[in-house]
Amino acid sequence: MFDKIWDAHEVAEGLIYIDLHLVHEVTSPQAFDGLRLEGRGVRRPDRTIATADHNVPTDGTMAARLIADELSRVQVETLERNCEEFSVPIHSLGSDDQGIVHVIGPELGLTQPGLTIVCGDSHTSTHGAFGALAFGIGTSEVEHVLATQCLVQRRPQTMRIAYTGELGAGVTAKDLILATIGRLGTRGMVGHAVEYAGETIAGLSMENRMTICNMTIEGGGRAGMIAPDETTFAWIEGRRAAPAELEAAVATWRELPSDDEAAFGTEVEIDAASLSPMVTWGTNPGQVVEVTEAVPEPTTETEERALRYMDLEPGRAMQEIALDRVFIGSCTNSRIGDLREAASMVEGHRVADTLTAMVVPGSARVKAQAEAEGLDEVFRAAGFDWRSAGCSMCLGMNPDILSPGERCASTSNRNFEGRQGKGGRTHLVSPKMAAAAAIEGRFVDIREWE
Amino acid sequence: MEPVEIIEGCVSHLPRADVDTDQIIPKQFLKRVERTGFGEYLFYDWIRDGEIELEPNPILVAGPNFGCGSSREHAPWALQDFGFEAIIAPSFADIFYGNCMKIGLLAVILGERDCRAIAEAGAARIDLDDQTVDFAGGVLRFEIDEQAKHRLRHGLDDIGITLQSAAAIDAFEAAAPARGADTRSL
Ligand code: SF4
Repeated sequence: MFDKIWDAHEVAEGLIYIDLHLVHEVTSPQAFDGLRLEGRGVRRPDRTIATADHNVPTDGTMAARLIADELSRVQVETLERNCEEFSVPIHSLGSDDQGIVHVIGPELGLTQPGLTIVCGDSHTSTHGAFGALAFGIGTSEVEHVLATQCLVQRRPQTMRIAYTGELGAGVTAKDLILATIGRLGTRGMVGHAVEYAGETIAGLSMENRMTICNMTIEGGGRAGMIAPDETTFAWIEGRRAAPAELEAAVATWRELPSDDEAAFGTEVEIDAASLSPMVTWGTNPGQVVEVTEAVPEPTTETEERALRYMDLEPGRAMQEIALDRVFIGSCTNSRIGDLREAASMVEGHRVADTLTAMVVPGSARVKAQAEAEGLDEVFRAAGFDWRSAGCSMCLGMNPDILSPGERCASTSNRNFEGRQGKGGRTHLVSPKMAAAAAIEGRFVDIREWE
Repeated sequence: MEPVEIIEGCVSHLPRADVDTDQIIPKQFLKRVERTGFGEYLFYDWIRDGEIELEPNPILVAGPNFGCGSSREHAPWALQDFGFEAIIAPSFADIFYGNCMKIGLLAVILGERDCRAIAEAGAARIDLDDQTVDFAGGVLRFEIDEQAKHRLRHGLDDIGITLQSAAAIDAFEAAAPARGADTRSL
């Protein structure tokens, strides 16, 4: 599948045509500046779309000019001005379509099989869940794509990870990808376009597939991909950017999946049925154990440092670790399906009075949908803070941050030192695990809970 | 971008694995809309907490998987602005490596033991044309993509090069049916 998409987009050797370019406020200002400096324009504004997500407050602030933090406001305003000047469509704060860039692409139906998709953000790999070739780029490359609609790229190697068996009750796509990264390590996929395959993947919803592809970058992978199938086509049908001639499009999309005899540089097999709910204990996503396990003995200096930072001793049961905060959100787990899963755990319970918990929908539309289904009421009644769309506490560039020493169960994708706020300690989990942890004040094995 | 030819001088050493871009330049400094001035925030928390000390030498020797995590080009900008002209490490994260090459910050891949030896020598001379690192312990050869090397050597602007292929891009657009949706129609 990778080869088919790559070959169909090669303008010249090492020069790849880009079908969809997603833009956000943090990695684009210097790129637009570069264009202005050279007197260049945006080649295909009709294949470019922008949103504001990283900086936006999630307390319901309605317009960029109301962002209290001056630097954040300037960045969002700069994006709005740049988009106007270069005729790039934008869904900024206050728009019904605003949201995390990787949530709104699929939501609008812009993310489609067979496309090449880039964005100045490493989690662009998310869009590969639709059988697209999608990867993150730097600001110089953002400028390059704006100017030329092409990207200079070295062909990555290919890897296939095949999963067998069905995920057990309480075990989710998030656990599957955390376990995979735990097994392969954070460098295991470096230089590779990774295809996730097998019966387990075929049985997953689009949202779950996005969660998996999203975290490919945490394993070092260049791009994550899943073959498009009926589930994919059903997602796209009826969305605003869906092809007018859907049947014809689907016919070409059916040609995309890898042929049976396709060769991959590396093949990995994982028994999905044996997986458990996972919790990270350290400061990278590969430092992860099953929820029933204990904090492991460190074997390297990096692991020792991680334990010091996380203030944990080896041998401590994960389920004994008390939490201060719970964050449900981010481009990994903030879609309607994620919120439904979390809400299903919460109903009829109260958030432990030892912690505070927040739910941040991935987009304005996810928020509206959740409210139409009454999920906001479920969360509020249980004592969760119900917020507006944005990246929020995934990276703490906006007012949602951890205080030094605070310990957080988070559905986001990075537990790096200080990622959620200086001195903050992050444990990555699935939405269900986060919801249950909020109720109990500590991690619980949700397979045995209730 | 300035052409890169010889990079020579003292070596700073950061012997840690998996150093992520959140450490190189923490997110609170990503709010600037300029390309310059990030150097003073390099490794902000680690340096301020006294965890590491770093001299602004021309060469930085780092650990494996350097620059993992986010795609922020602010990380190479900060390293360059701080004073580094080249980074030597056993391996780099993909996006970070690409970003470095785009801005003329030379990223050199050498084995873990070689990296340590260069750090211990304390000074080195990198010759991009010869693809060698010369230091008190000997001369080592490194690999680099020919195209990337050519661009670095001549300080070429990637966009300018691609625009020379404008005819090919036009032809590609004309030949292939447009893929995906018109983003302006939403
Ligand atoms: S939610 Fe987090 S990982 Fe996703 S785009 Fe926003 S900051 Fe990046």
